[in-house]
Amino acid sequence: MPPVPFRERLSRGEVLVGDGAWGTMLMARGLAPGTPPESFVLERPEAIREVAHLYLEAGADLITTNTFGGTALNLSGYGLADRADEINRRAVALVREAAGGSAYVSASVGPSGRLLAPVGDTDPEEVRAAFERQIRILVEAGADLICVETMTDLQEARLAVAAARTVSAEIPVLATMTFDPTPRGFHTIMGVSVEQAARTLQAAGADVLGSNCGRGSDTMVEVARAFRGVTSQPLLIQANAGLPEVRRGALVYPETPEFMAARVGPLLEAGVSIVGGCCGTTPEHTKAIRAAVAAYRSR
Amino acid sequence: MDPMESLAAALQRGDDAAVREHTREAIGLGRAPAAILNQGLLAGMGVVGEQFRTHQIFLPEVLLAARAMYAGLDVLQPLLERDNVPMLGKVVIGTIRGDLHDIGKNLVGIMLRGAGFEVIDLGKDVPPERFVDAAVEAGASVIGMSALLTTTMVGMKEVVATLEARRCRGQIKTIVGGAPVSAEFAREIGADDYAFDAASAVTRVKALLGVA
Repeated sequence: MPPVPFRERLSRGEVLVGDGAWGTMLMARGLAPGTPPESFVLERPEAIREVAHLYLEAGADLITTNTFGGTALNLSGYGLADRADEINRRAVALVREAAGGSAYVSASVGPSGRLLAPVGDTDPEEVRAAFERQIRILVEAGADLICVETMTDLQEARLAVAAARTVSAEIPVLATMTFDPTPRGFHTIMGVSVEQAARTLQAAGADVLGSNCGRGSDTMVEVARAFRGVTSQPLLIQANAGLPEVRRGALVYPETPEFMAARVGPLLEAGVSIVGGCCGTTPEHTKAIRAAVAAYRSR
Repeated sequence: MDPMESLAAALQRGDDAAVREHTREAIGLGRAPAAILNQGLLAGMGVVGEQFRTHQIFLPEVLLAARAMYAGLDVLQPLLERDNVPMLGKVVIGTIRGDLHDIGKNLVGIMLRGAGFEVIDLGKDVPPERFVDAAVEAGASVIGMSALLTTTMVGMKEVVATLEARRCRGQIKTIVGGAPVSAEFAREIGADDYAFDAASAVTRVKALLGVA
């Protein structure tokens, strides 16, 4: 872990840089479509190390573990449930190794992939238990932060944050949801407003609130302002490099590093403490974001 | 209120008990099962789809409405079969290989069934060849594919390519959907159409097959 604790750096008003996408980076390193990215932790650890190094060199202060779909609940769909603990433990170790003392190991916890009752048929207790099991391993393995991300169901997001708090009273917990613009303001597809997200996740014990994935960085500036309007907690924003387009059969994310870097100023203006990237972003984006943060701070 | 309107309204509220009751009531009043289906259940679901598209309601409301629609369909199904309401066509649906998300795909299945299609649901994590095998075996005229992940959506292209290789592209139409998917993506991979949501999937599949 870096010498200065995470919370202290945020409370000093420092701006931190998150890393970028993992799924798309691993696809570029041979992850076949339809294969769970978490399987690469076991099968291609050198690819994970390489991506972590690239993000570290690009200037990221937080390096994400490749554990987004790492609940046993989600991995069971790929016949990997019995290797869930091993995947989560190794995933932390790989990033830990690469990050050394220069970056925080941010352990990713994504949605369970289930639809919770009463709307769906999965018992919330089953989901809660799956999160707790995953997070316990992540914390034991030495993660510095727990990052609950890409959530759309508030009940599920709350269960994940609360599970992290059950496992550890101290570990900083970051919680971000994915919003769409609607005529009534930003909502997740499950109908959660920014205000509801902020109130509920803060109450559940999240240190940092915000948003990831979504439509692209212009929309994220507005989401950040919406958050700042309803909470004084530190904010984390990790936008996609826009929505993917297909060009000559390949997926292309339209936002260039320069484009995203130009939105860093407005994000910091809105009071964001951590800026990173989501789907389609690369170490080049991280570098550009890092430079834009430095430029903003030295104005 | 007209029983069809009560039925549609109950469906929009996601009240499955009321939907069941109003469906029975309409049957008791001698309404034709096909009319109950079209003017009651499908009309209600159409409104729900439109409200979802315009962000007036969100996914939970849509899912509850779909569940209510199923409750009505259960009551109606034996009568529809007795009346021998002709099937509009056979559609094979599934979520593409590697993708375990099936909320949207299930909604599409419910809506297509409700609209009078025979639906063969292959489930999730479906390999490209399986879509084609199932469609050929069943004599289906449409394959509907869903993806939620950008890491899996490219698999849809393989289905189109497999159809091409087996020289069935054209007889078997393809339609794609899911959060990261767009009309542009559909064009790019050579799919015949794209549907934004479950309600429009019904309209688009009907248009593909030239049925009203």
